Amino acid sequence: MKKNYSIFSIARNALSGHKNWPKMWRSPEPREFYDAIIIGGGGHGLGTAYYLAKEHGLKNIALIEKGWLGGGNTGRNTTIIRSNYLWDDSAHLYEHSLKLWENLSQELNYNVMFSQRGVMNLAHNEHDIKEIKRRVSANNLNGIDSEWLSKEEIQKMVPIMNTDNLRYPVLGASFQPRGGVARHDAIAWGFAMRADEMGVDIIQNCEAKQIRTKNGKIEGVETSKGFIRANKIGVVASGHTGVLAETAGVRLPLQSKPLQALVSEPIKPIINTVVMSSAVHAYVSQSDKGELVIGAGTDSYNSFTQRGGFNIIEETIRAMVELYPVFGKMKMLRQWGGIVDICPDASPIISKCDVEGLFFNCGWGTGGFKATPGSANVFAHTIAKNEPHQINAAFNLDRFASGKLVDEHGAAAVAH
Amino acid sequence: MLVIDCPYCGPRDQSEFSNGGEAHVKRPDGSQDISDREWGEYVFIRSNPKGLFYERWVHSHGCRKWFNCVRDTSTDEILEIYKLDDPQPPLKKFENKIKTPSGEPDVGSGNFTVKK
Repeated sequence: MKKNYSIFSIARNALSGHKNWPKMWRSPEPREFYDAIIIGGGGHGLGTAYYLAKEHGLKNIALIEKGWLGGGNTGRNTTIIRSNYLWDDSAHLYEHSLKLWENLSQELNYNVMFSQRGVMNLAHNEHDIKEIKRRVSANNLNGIDSEWLSKEEIQKMVPIMNTDNLRYPVLGASFQPRGGVARHDAIAWGFAMRADEMGVDIIQNCEAKQIRTKNGKIEGVETSKGFIRANKIGVVASGHTGVLAETAGVRLPLQSKPLQALVSEPIKPIINTVVMSSAVHAYVSQSDKGELVIGAGTDSYNSFTQRGGFNIIEETIRAMVELYPVFGKMKMLRQWGGIVDICPDASPIISKCDVEGLFFNCGWGTGGFKATPGSANVFAHTIAKNEPHQINAAFNLDRFASGKLVDEHGAAAVAH
Repeated sequence: MLVIDCPYCGPRDQSEFSNGGEAHVKRPDGSQDISDREWGEYVFIRSNPKGLFYERWVHSHGCRKWFNCVRDTSTDEILEIYKLDDPQPPLKKFENKIKTPSGEPDVGSGNFTVKK
């Protein structure tokens, strides 16, 4: 049954005490065979299943997730959305995604709470200014809204910021007005609900253990609920993608590290945009509940523990308190880590590989949330057509042999 | 934060050290003859196991000496630290606490999403 949300459905359900809302998706047992299996029930994976069913007419699709939907990095990021990347290839990919975000609540009839409050990237030294101004110009050439803000303009927008009296003074910033934040769970749930309606089997608590291949072709996947045969498998497992690839004999240029974030106690509205600084390593926005959402960095070493080291938080908090002295006495409520898979060029891999029928969407590193709908959209195209969409053609695995990297270390949220 | 037992200085906080990535990576012989792909694999691809991992560290803010260690990336437990010219300890020596390739060990992973 198609589930629609409107003011009338809320009123109707209010009358019965909100006890009769239907389940948003089924919880089926896996079948023996699927045309396509997506491994990973985060935003990227659920979106892939959604677009496979919607745009490519695939009927027999399953999505398997070892925990619960959106419980990995989809639920662990700082929800920042922007498309101000330097190189053409990345600019097109992230802009494709941003355009999908702008219409996603309507398309899914599910409020993803996309709030275009603007994203600011601070410059703290001469080199930052040059690099950021270059990026602003590159963005404008690609038709992406991006502008340079002077220190005075920043002070007007974010009066609580300490721009002068700190070790690395704020000298200016880039600003993308169409950027912003969205609700992380909503994107997973919205995609899941609409994919389920089109017949996608979403199977939670089903861990992929081994991808089985035969004569260079996919056979299926061994899971905690038994073996499932498939013609095509798309792996969208973020930090664990490399581990799963290894079971199919594919080596990927990924390193998995914990990336941390934290939120403060809720306070009244104090910051109405997203402010990022890669030089002093702090970025912050305020959630609708009033909590400050603060992004910290990655650990220097590979790890699969979803915690991260305390020294990383210390560095971020140090920068935060210097940049916003007014936050000095706030309490932090929660801290967590997510395992991100980082590529040598800080760009993703959305590609097929040597094994026929096996596809990867990985390497999003520290900035995958913003790309959720765009990545899912072009990955679904890649799986369905067996060849990349022109938007993700540059993000193939061959670039690590040809050397044609998409080096986005400068535009990545945090330097790594 | 990890406490790393530098073989030259003793146990210190991890913030004194820099991580050097995977240990025992060998540059391929005859690099003029190998394909771009093989060269790309040497340049860009490193092991990324969940579980036992050979890695290099350098005591940057201490004695500035390099050394190797075996660490379990699923728990962050450091199992053995050895000097660069010591022989590579075989992985058989250590207990692998992970039941499936992507599974979680009983203690120390911090991953409550999937811990059963």
